[in-house]
Amino acid sequence: MAVAARPPPGIQPAGLACLTLAGCSGNQSALDAAGQEAASIAQLFWVMTTGGAIVWLLVVALLLYAARSRSHSEAAASRLILWGGAVLPSAVVVGLLAYALWLMPALRPFGAAAASGLRIEVTGSQYWWRVVYRSPDGVTVTSANEIRLPVGQRVELSLASNDVIHSFWIPSLGGKMDMIPGRTNRLSLQATKPGTYRGPCAEYCGTSHALMALQAVALPPEAFDRWLAAQAKPSPAVAASGAELFRRHGCGACHAIAGTEAKGVLGPDLSHFGSRLTLAAGILPNTTDNIERFIADPDRIKPGVKMPAFGMLPREDIRVLASWLRRLE
Amino acid sequence: MRFIPKPIETLWTLFTAPVVWAAHFLFCYGIAAVYCAKQDQIGISFAAVRIGIAGATVVALVLIAASAWLAWRQWGFGAHDPPHDDPTRHDRLLFQGFATLLLSGLCFVAVIMVALPAWFVTECVR
Ligand code: HEC
Ligand SMILES: [Cu+2]
Repeated sequence: MAVAARPPPGIQPAGLACLTLAGCSGNQSALDAAGQEAASIAQLFWVMTTGGAIVWLLVVALLLYAARSRSHSEAAASRLILWGGAVLPSAVVVGLLAYALWLMPALRPFGAAAASGLRIEVTGSQYWWRVVYRSPDGVTVTSANEIRLPVGQRVELSLASNDVIHSFWIPSLGGKMDMIPGRTNRLSLQATKPGTYRGPCAEYCGTSHALMALQAVALPPEAFDRWLAAQAKPSPAVAASGAELFRRHGCGACHAIAGTEAKGVLGPDLSHFGSRLTLAAGILPNTTDNIERFIADPDRIKPGVKMPAFGMLPREDIRVLASWLRRLE
Repeated sequence: MRFIPKPIETLWTLFTAPVVWAAHFLFCYGIAAVYCAKQDQIGISFAAVRIGIAGATVVALVLIAASAWLAWRQWGFGAHDPPHDDPTRHDRLLFQGFATLLLSGLCFVAVIMVALPAWFVTECVR
């Protein structure tokens, strides 16, 4: 009577497969491509996987065959080893390598041809990202923890680091590239689908490494141009009540806000902080409540963070600061 | 006077192909790195570098094929079967020939793999 609860055979593997496959889509998946480079990488992955599966099936078939059949001349066996064991694998490996190399020129900014468009400089710091846009017409915009790109246009990224090695990777858009102190690495990306994608730091960089991510927002080109033009000017809300508190409490020593005297560079640029989707490098939704919590005790949210706690400020000041920052669109 | 050298009994011939592979590797990576770092000062195009790599590859493959042929001869052109593990001079010679032949095969494929990127990559990374 008690045996009724047993699942039919096969249900567990099937469940496991579903769980695994569920990870293949979404805003942080190399297999759910939203960019040209990611699409080639996904294609490479499938070609390699299929190639590997075919080789595996062949080997298993051969194994079964060998287990059954008895009589073989030694000459035939030697021939099989030579062709099946040496020549064929070499040819397959060289073929797959050639295929991967053939894709490569499209994955990296080779040559001067690609240098025309928008350039975005991303610099990793423990545990956030500085982002500087340099458009071909000379506009420079500084931001942090979020990159926006125009769909259908090639964007060149210059990747650097301020302290330790970080790694830049937006799986939905393209391949991974390390950010190495003292070096500038380049990556080129072309988004093909509008949307918001996630890019976690992909190289262990300290206590809060897992809490260091960035959002990549791919916008239609006109929307992007409008957004960039707006970012190039100070936020309209900058003169409101929080500005004075920001100055008085010394936030400007580390943060810059366009249109105020705050020019610090140790922390993220907050000029248009309110228009960011997330707070503290992709870990919390950007709401007034969360900003208040972060200002009062950033270490609680992000252990090892390089911003001191401001819990000693009057609650009211923190509240005003948070809602002012939230309105800096 | 003969063009093809006489068989000799030494362990050193075993290393011919790996040494050619190493030299070819060094040449390809060295020339590409130096060229891309100093392309402003060097008056040649990347195409010329690729042709140089192609030339070096042909030379390397010919040398390795020659070493493979000599090893094949030492092995008696396959007249005896491995494992050649008797403690005799004859078996030692055969074993060495066979090992050199196999190693040459590996190096031949490896040299092709080292050269392949230059086939597909037509410019320096910026
Ligand atoms: C000693 C330098 C320093 C001071 C002073 C400082 N901060 Fe920060 N702040 C940082 C750093 C560094 C970060 C990045 C933290 C991270 O995500 O790793 C940060 C992050 C932030 C963020 C989140 C930014 C984002 O893009 O998500 C806000 C909001 C913020 N600070 C507000 C303030 C306010 C308000 C004050 C003044 C009361 C202040 N900070 C004072 C260094 C500082
Ligand atoms: Cu990091």
